[in-house]
Amino acid sequence: MLAEFWILMVERGWALALLRGSAVTIAIGLLGMFLGFVVATPLAVLRWQKVAVVSQLVDSYSIVVRGVPGLLVIYLLFFGSVDMVKTVATAFGYQDSVDNAYPYIVGVIAIAAISCAYSIEVIRGALQAVPYGLLEAAKSLALPTGITFSRITFPLALRLALGGINNVWQMTIKDTSLISVIGLQELMRTAAIGAGITRSPFIFYCIAAALFFGMTAVSQTLFSRAERALNRGFGAR
Amino acid sequence: MNLDIVTYAIPFLLVGAKTTLLIALFGIVLGFPFGIVVGLGRGSKNRVLRNICDSYCAIFRGTPMLVQIFIIYYGLAQVSFIRHNPVLWWLIGEGLNAAILAVVLNTGAYTAEIFRTAFLSLPKGLIEAAEACGMSPWHVFTRVKFPLALRQALPAYSSEAAIVVKESSLASTITVLEITGYAKRLMSETFAIMDIFIITAALYLAMNVVALTALKLLERRLSFVR
Repeated sequence: MLAEFWILMVERGWALALLRGSAVTIAIGLLGMFLGFVVATPLAVLRWQKVAVVSQLVDSYSIVVRGVPGLLVIYLLFFGSVDMVKTVATAFGYQDSVDNAYPYIVGVIAIAAISCAYSIEVIRGALQAVPYGLLEAAKSLALPTGITFSRITFPLALRLALGGINNVWQMTIKDTSLISVIGLQELMRTAAIGAGITRSPFIFYCIAAALFFGMTAVSQTLFSRAERALNRGFGAR
Repeated sequence: MNLDIVTYAIPFLLVGAKTTLLIALFGIVLGFPFGIVVGLGRGSKNRVLRNICDSYCAIFRGTPMLVQIFIIYYGLAQVSFIRHNPVLWWLIGEGLNAAILAVVLNTGAYTAEIFRTAFLSLPKGLIEAAEACGMSPWHVFTRVKFPLALRQALPAYSSEAAIVVKESSLASTITVLEITGYAKRLMSETFAIMDIFIITAALYLAMNVVALTALKLLERRLSFVR
């Protein structure tokens, strides 16, 4: 049993393939999370300021994406853009490079769109939780609105949002597994290919589960450490 | 929106909605009590039981649902003991049953976490008062601990119920045609991507709204302040 496992993983090189898949998963997760967060921050501020029309639009985007399975969002983006991209790419003669890069682009956008919807809620909640007295103090010091936001509201909100960001990140890294359905070669897809070729799905999917578990466990410890660092000076919680 | 495509797509999606509802309903009805039991196990004094429940929760919360459903449907089918046991094979071999099993196991882990914190947050004085009245441990649980913990846990559980509805979409990856499975087929068949997406999203949102409203009504009924 153990010898078989050794041959499968090392001599046939599946261990390397699975590790490469994990690297792709982490890269897509980080990129998607980062993009989502960057887009979510201004949207959350608009939502927080209750800007008419925009605020409602942001709200409905977040409700729809959060109420619909991630798989469906991925199908929408994949099928919805495959035609357009193909015609554009063929017109410019980049057919091959687009065929290779396409799942990555759609994958990152889909993950970003999903994590963005959740991030909006997290950031908005954190912005609302910033104590009003501090903002009044800033106003009485005659600080301009921009400075108040960048020096007081945002840093304080970031600390409050960390727990929520941790949740969104855990969900995002798990959601990257869904991208495998459109053929992106990340961890889940690699495991599925290995399972098909070697006819031993049990081992491959268990290894994939273990790798995912490792990722979530490591990021959990990192986030707890960051939380402790950010809460220094705010008293024991 | 093209009306022909809409009238063509809706019957398929409604058939899919039935399967989604079936999976979600079983997930909630079986996963809720299962999660409570596991949550109690995590707070028990028996160290072995506590460790088993803790690691179950950590594993199912730390890995994607897609991996879990694949291990159950494709992975376990490889084990010859399971293949030759009629009851286990019935549970694993059929796509729908495997999907329901995966959803129950997944939601059980999250529900257990919700109820563990709910049981931890119970005021000690009330439990001591119940014990001082001479209630047996079972009575303390059914009359004091559980009703209080349920009120604590309901708001968090209602979002978990909405998640169950969404997670049921993963059944489409193991050949069970529910809403998302039909939506994918219709999208690649008719190319009316946006139309299909809007109908499908509306169906999911309707289900979530019904589930959330029902739980909110229950919450209001159970709350002390009316």
